[in-house]
Amino acid sequence: MDQFLQHLVNAMVLGGAYALLGIGLTLIFGIMNVVNFTHGALYTFGAYAMFIASTALGLNFFVALPFAIVAGLALGAAIELTLLRPLRGADIDTTMLVMIGAGIILQSGTLWAFGGVAKAIPSPFPDAPLTLGSVSISWLRLFVLVAAATLIAVAYALINGSRLGRAMRATFQDSDAAALMGVNVRFIYTATFALGSSLSAAAGALLGPVYVVFPQMGDLAAVKAFAIVILGGLGSISGATLGGFILALAEEFGAGYVSSGYRDAMGFLIIIAVLLAKPTGLFARAERVG
Amino acid sequence: MTRYLPPIVLVLLALAPLWLKDPYLLNALITGGIFTIGAISLNLLLGYTGQLSLGHIAFFGIGAYASALTTLGFDVGLFGDIRIVHAGWHPFAGLLVAILVSGACGYVVGRLSFRVRGAYFVIVTICFAEVVRLVALNWIELTQGPLALTSIPQMKIGFPGLGEMTLRTKAQNYYLMLAVATLAYVVVARLVGSRFGRAMRGLKENEQLAMSVGVNATRTLTVAAAISAAIAGAAGSLYAHYFRIIDPDVFLFAYTVTMVIMVVSGGKGALAGPVIGGLIFGTLPVALRPYMAPEAQWIVYGAVLIAILFVMPRGIAPYLDDWFAGRAAARSSAPVAKPQLEGQS
Repeated sequence: MDQFLQHLVNAMVLGGAYALLGIGLTLIFGIMNVVNFTHGALYTFGAYAMFIASTALGLNFFVALPFAIVAGLALGAAIELTLLRPLRGADIDTTMLVMIGAGIILQSGTLWAFGGVAKAIPSPFPDAPLTLGSVSISWLRLFVLVAAATLIAVAYALINGSRLGRAMRATFQDSDAAALMGVNVRFIYTATFALGSSLSAAAGALLGPVYVVFPQMGDLAAVKAFAIVILGGLGSISGATLGGFILALAEEFGAGYVSSGYRDAMGFLIIIAVLLAKPTGLFARAERVG
Repeated sequence: MTRYLPPIVLVLLALAPLWLKDPYLLNALITGGIFTIGAISLNLLLGYTGQLSLGHIAFFGIGAYASALTTLGFDVGLFGDIRIVHAGWHPFAGLLVAILVSGACGYVVGRLSFRVRGAYFVIVTICFAEVVRLVALNWIELTQGPLALTSIPQMKIGFPGLGEMTLRTKAQNYYLMLAVATLAYVVVARLVGSRFGRAMRGLKENEQLAMSVGVNATRTLTVAAAISAAIAGAAGSLYAHYFRIIDPDVFLFAYTVTMVIMVVSGGKGALAGPVIGGLIFGTLPVALRPYMAPEAQWIVYGAVLIAILFVMPRGIAPYLDDWFAGRAAARSSAPVAKPQLEGQS
């Protein structure tokens, strides 16, 4: 039972970051119909931005985090403006391949600039974990959980409560009708991609200090983000949030009770199982291709 | 003109080892050629059925492991008591087993994943490749995991009446690669020109319409996936016996990307597409190597991919086709146009 609770707590920490990754990806797919293969690279980018900010720039840990998120926002906006805007209206395969190209450039650029050796982001928290009964959690992980939950709440408030969010949702439902109602659809696309990118960068910046930072860290993160999005149904934000936590639970308990070597395989097996049983995802909307 | 191009290119490629003595360049051609075979197989799916498989390296890797294990032999326990012991076979049998095993995997994956299309299919194929990589990494008893399978024997080919030949030199391996590539090209060309090929293209253009005239969508796509996987498996087998060492890194996503770049830049849905793309991206690392680090080369890869998609979204081969067609039209229309002008004056 103690072990069970410990796994549960670990899964919650991981799940928060996964949910951020998933929400970012599903937002971009749902609104822009772009399968974003730079998502993993942006996750890596967020982690390295955090690393640079807290080492080379000497910023405080709590200042470095918003710095990384804003850097992700800026990079996302730049990618949208240079690569996706000219390709608006191109078929989904073309944009997907262009995103793969951009992802390769970002990842190889990181490898070139920083080398392949893993880096550690210094943490300001005490090493001794917080112990509650039989469950212990490090202060850093606790902070990651709280920060991720806050960011998820902000994303929800932005999408459901703000004027920008309303314009996004309108564009999601029918971009032509939204444009006729005076929504600047081009701006919405840029804002969506930038927001999605910043969420991915935030996930990287949060998990970076927990693990280590290396150029290929985004590969697995990207595939997991796809898993989460499929689990929740493409384009569903609440689905992606739940999907993130479900994936984290599956990984944590799979690693704890089945085999730690196959920890990362859990997500993929879940995707395959979900698609076989219910191809529209667990929390599907009506619309689907094929 | 375009009719005679493939045999001319084949003859030119066959002459390459006669004047190309640099082992490094020959090695680059063999490696590039092996991935070109993979690209030819990917083109069958991506170019003709329109389904983008981003897990194609799984079939390549499965072929490599199947061939290596068939040749090396193995001894694994299943569920504790049952042991499967296999003594090593002839490398050529390894190639055949690789084709069969990869083809069977392609059939099963196609059967399961063609319930979904588009972005879903892409993601399922990525997941499949990732699961296979993790199995190769963790099933240490069978695959040696990260320690890699080593000392894989070189390919041996028996000729009737001439005895058996072990492929030791680079030139011999080059000809084996070229033979398999040619075979793969011909198989895809025959398939595409057949009734089956029309069914595939029909599904790509308009699935509902194709089904309404009696095309069995799932069966056609599944068979295409199986054939495509079988060819990729053959390429994997060549890889295993040429490099003589394989580890779970053969399943890296980057290799799938290499094949996709070859197909897309050359022209998906064109027979020459993967060959043109393979020649460019097979030789690009050699051309770039003196000037930049491997990471920088990948940056160039990514940039070239984006540039090609922006400038020639359909790839190089269709543009060359148009160019040839334009010249042919200009030649045949010139004599016709003249009398008209004279008649007017």
